[in-house]
Amino acid sequence: MSNSQRVRDRAPVAAATHRSHARARRPRRRSSGLVGLAYASPAALIVGLFFVVPLALVVWMSLNNWPLLAAPTFNAPANYTRIADNDLVLDAVVFTLKYTAVVTVLLFTISFGLALLVQRRRPGVGLFRGAFFLPAAVGWATATLLFFGLLSDQIGPLNDMLVAVGLIDEPVSWTAGDPEVAFGSTVTLVIWRWAGFNMLILLTGLQTIPTEIYEAARVDGASAVQAFRRITLPLMRPTIALVLCLMVTGSMLGFEQFYILTRGGPGNSTTSVVMVIVREAFVRFNLGSAAAMSVLVLIALVVLNALQLAFIRKRTQ
Amino acid sequence: MNRAAYYVTAAAFAVLFVFPLLWSGWSSIRPGDAFSLDSYRRLATYGEGLGVYVTNTVILVVLTVAGTLTVATLAGYAFARFPFPGRGVLFVLTLAILMVPYPTILIPLYVLLGWLGLQDSLVGLALVMIMFQLPFAVFMMRNAFESVPRTLDEAAMIDGAGSLRVLLRILLPAVVPGLVTVGLFAFLASWNDYVAPLILISSNDRFTLPVAVVNMRLHNFGAVDYPTMQAGVVFMALPCLLLFLILQRYYVRGFMSGALRG
Repeated sequence: MSNSQRVRDRAPVAAATHRSHARARRPRRRSSGLVGLAYASPAALIVGLFFVVPLALVVWMSLNNWPLLAAPTFNAPANYTRIADNDLVLDAVVFTLKYTAVVTVLLFTISFGLALLVQRRRPGVGLFRGAFFLPAAVGWATATLLFFGLLSDQIGPLNDMLVAVGLIDEPVSWTAGDPEVAFGSTVTLVIWRWAGFNMLILLTGLQTIPTEIYEAARVDGASAVQAFRRITLPLMRPTIALVLCLMVTGSMLGFEQFYILTRGGPGNSTTSVVMVIVREAFVRFNLGSAAAMSVLVLIALVVLNALQLAFIRKRTQ
Repeated sequence: MNRAAYYVTAAAFAVLFVFPLLWSGWSSIRPGDAFSLDSYRRLATYGEGLGVYVTNTVILVVLTVAGTLTVATLAGYAFARFPFPGRGVLFVLTLAILMVPYPTILIPLYVLLGWLGLQDSLVGLALVMIMFQLPFAVFMMRNAFESVPRTLDEAAMIDGAGSLRVLLRILLPAVVPGLVTVGLFAFLASWNDYVAPLILISSNDRFTLPVAVVNMRLHNFGAVDYPTMQAGVVFMALPCLLLFLILQRYYVRGFMSGALRG
């Protein structure tokens, strides 16, 4: 972005040095604003109509009793005050925060571990990188459905394998039995599908660190652990912040892994915030209340993202 | 880490990551003790018929990819080459789409599409998918156009070519890698997305593949047909895996620009 800024600042100078040309082309220059506007207008139309308008609309909807079919009526702030009395929402918030914490820690550790493992160029390293990334090439809903079959006691191989090894005595229901087991299944699915994706981002960060720095540190007698703590971690800070930002945002908005894999159960033990919003809107047909929850999630995540970006900016300066 | 430990560790992880994909293919062709393509035959006649869902998905993909490429190319050209009123505001607003969580604006979009007469419509869904692609696509195309030397189009303009002619004849060939990356990500999003079609499409005969196949799990009457479901998984996954193998370079390019976002 700073690059374009620089180009833009330089433009008047360039125009001045080419004044003789500019005179001949003046009519075109004056109209270039309109030409640019014309080329940008499809994008402006889509951003305006399908982003800015819905953003305003969600706020307006949250101030109204908005049934799916009947006409809306103004009822502010009832949609917001009612959220506090809704046990399902509060449980979902607690669950989503717990899930976000567990996924972020595990997913980050594994992704970073994998990135460090395949950081050096060695024979066959491309194959390993490709293998780790392969699950990320498959769609998220597809991956979730794949896992539903993999974990099923009908055709899934997992129970047979674990019984054969002697880790469990009898088949376990991985998605609908014990709440902790179902929770573990969603976390495993997320790690399988997203570890390679995050590994790739961390890997591009690792590869921007010049190898000379490591060589200099080794000459100075630094151990591998010291080099990691004093060189890798500080220089990776922006990439780490970005990856954590993606993980936290993604987990807070988790939907498919619960809606498809566990159906939010057993009981409501794996019901996430976004699941509650969708249920409020399209099962209970209360769009106003769903809009109020959306607005709160929106504010929470925008604040979180802004903090994260500010953190990155500060560290890179 | 020494060589042996490295290869053993990496190979073990590689097996863990690849195994579920191989298992899915295996279980779709070997439901019992013998090989059989029955699960694919049942998939072909599932629900409204696989052809209906494939047609819907292809319509959505074509509209989304073509729309994203067109809109992002024109906008990228405008941002890279023309100072115009509202330029900064539009760019910031477009990037702001990234800051807004996907599911939270689907509910107002559902209402809005209703007002526009686009409820339960693949065209409406495609417009929403294009909007979600724009931050990445516009950013990508603007950078692609900016990396082309200005002398190229200035020379053509002096020769009397109009700006549209310059774009189509001179600049487009130079930004092909950007177009491939943008098209690839638009394809992946529209082929795979589940939440937007789940909320914005309600008729059975307009469902896209992910919604239709997931319904095998959600709207079964007691018994899930697991082998057919895995056949559906394979059917949805194969194009993505093939594209990954063919277009790896563009994948990495896309991620790099994502990784440099901060």
